[in-house]
Amino acid sequence: MKILTGNDLKSGAVTWWTGYDWSIHVEDAVDVGDEADAIAAREEGARRVNAPYAIDAERDANGGVRPAHIKDRIRALGPTVRPDLTLKPADPEAGNWVI
Amino acid sequence: MYRYDHYDQAMVDSRVEEFRDQTRRRLEGKLSEDQFKPLRLQNGLYLQLHAYMLRVAIPYGTLSGAQMHALADIAGKYDRGYGHFTTRQNIQYNWIKLEEAPDLLADLARVEMHAIQTSGNCIRNISSDQYAGAIADEIIDPRPYAELLRQWSSFHPEFLALPRKFKIAVIASQTDRAAMKLHDIGIRMVRNDAGEIGAAFYVGGGMGRTPMIAPCIREFVPVDQLITYSEACLRVYNRYGRRDNKYKARIKILVHELGREEYTRQVEEEFAHLLTQGIEPPLAELERIATFFADPPFETGLADDVDRSDPGFALWLDRNTLPHKQPGYAIAVISLKPVGGIPGDASVEQMHLMADLATRYSFDECRVTHAQNIVLPHVRKADLFAIWQQLEAAGLGAANLDTVEDIIACPGLDYCSLANARSIPVAQKISRRFADTGKTAELGELKLKISGCINACGHHHAGHIGILGVDRKGTENYQLLLGGSEGDDTSLGKITGPGFDEDGIVDAVERATDVYLARRQEGERFLDTYRRVGIDAFKEAIYG
Repeated sequence: MKILTGNDLKSGAVTWWTGYDWSIHVEDAVDVGDEADAIAAREEGARRVNAPYAIDAERDANGGVRPAHIKDRIRALGPTVRPDLTLKPADPEAGNWVI
Repeated sequence: MYRYDHYDQAMVDSRVEEFRDQTRRRLEGKLSEDQFKPLRLQNGLYLQLHAYMLRVAIPYGTLSGAQMHALADIAGKYDRGYGHFTTRQNIQYNWIKLEEAPDLLADLARVEMHAIQTSGNCIRNISSDQYAGAIADEIIDPRPYAELLRQWSSFHPEFLALPRKFKIAVIASQTDRAAMKLHDIGIRMVRNDAGEIGAAFYVGGGMGRTPMIAPCIREFVPVDQLITYSEACLRVYNRYGRRDNKYKARIKILVHELGREEYTRQVEEEFAHLLTQGIEPPLAELERIATFFADPPFETGLADDVDRSDPGFALWLDRNTLPHKQPGYAIAVISLKPVGGIPGDASVEQMHLMADLATRYSFDECRVTHAQNIVLPHVRKADLFAIWQQLEAAGLGAANLDTVEDIIACPGLDYCSLANARSIPVAQKISRRFADTGKTAELGELKLKISGCINACGHHHAGHIGILGVDRKGTENYQLLLGGSEGDDTSLGKITGPGFDEDGIVDAVERATDVYLARRQEGERFLDTYRRVGIDAFKEAIYG
């Protein structure tokens, strides 16, 4: 699947296109097919996202979304060396998902 | 230390307001990202992996207590409670909001700091010896010259759009503690046979994907021609440096392709012309600047004896303090490398403590080192125990300066959008490995440096042991290099062979150190043994 990601213009937070809005949770990302460029242009023009780009991802057995490249998995979770600053600070195994 | 005059302050204040207006227009949609990006980068604001990242300039690494307090306050108010000290003596904040960036810059300006020219193809922060003004082996304090160069290079209209970024280091000792020959320009202040102060110029060094050691192009530039000669070096580069290929745009490529002799000839020609233009600031300005760097009022008659009865303190004393030029005083280095910690990171509380220690014990001054540690440059020996106790209580008492645990590491793929692999977890595992095995002390001086990509922010080329993270088909892989050095004997490390995964590289480092322990001769450091026995003995042990 292709998913669309970028950063929130004001906060810089990593965001993912959900089909109608932007979420900080990669699990909310939807397959944008070949619509990535059109969505990116429209959303960036409306200042709802900064520097959007499409990436490859796959849906796992639990229905979650896993970006294909480790860089985007780290973007999705947060720094592996500071679990307290990730989106899942209470999950000691969260870092394993990145690797 | 240097204090802004009203010109300095006015320039920085007006830049804050200019950026506030630019940010407002970006948020209102009047500027596109393509239009805004170069503006924010000129103010040190990057868009990194998780958020905006701000890089704050710390000229030649020198901070007052009030400035360190301000950096701590910023970490608490605008970031997530910590900052990251970098290999260019700067600090970076990883979680900045664009809408708050102008207020942050205003807070910085109130303590005479800014983030100008910490990005982009311009002359970056001038770095220097972290022990300047305190160490006995310098011929003169290099910081007034670094400050003069800072003022010359700030907003220099001719050099704001160079072919590529440009880094200058200034030292004034035979011992190079600033990786001077691995800069675009390295300047060593020297004294000639007549006893006059001047500058030796080394041009065309650098790390990155094409590491090169800067050759000396002039052994003595009179001090009243320092800026003119610098301008000549930059002019030739600005004129002929490549702009068609960013990977070949640094001055090291120009010097290499032209050859040292031809580049020097062109610089000398330009220099002769510039001498007729009267661009050198009057010596009175240098003398004005130098007054800010006069020695603090050292006490005299102090004892050099220190009570070493506490073994933990004695170890810290041996590893983390250096002789001071003034009897009764010492240079104390605060390690930001706790075992298993993140190299260069400091929390709000730790920064406030370091600020307090600087104010109370070190004439209100501290320094950031390119090895990502903090220096208290002027400490009475009688105060060392009290300082160590406070550092210990704050998790800052690691006694590991210049050991295998004192690892330089870039932020790597945990934070950096350019990185190919994570650096910090590797550093953490290596420091734990050697702390657990108890080999750190036995290994002595061993400089280990890790970069998460070929840009080499972690100085891997210059590590006795270097590690370079690469992306191998979407998986992190780590190459091992041996034999680099950034000191007086500057050399570039050589890759040993195929790379390793994260655990494999830790094992490989340990096997390399085992070769050293088995084959070292009396008084040899790891680097000395490597140079004597050669890489093959190490490769055999590493790859079997």
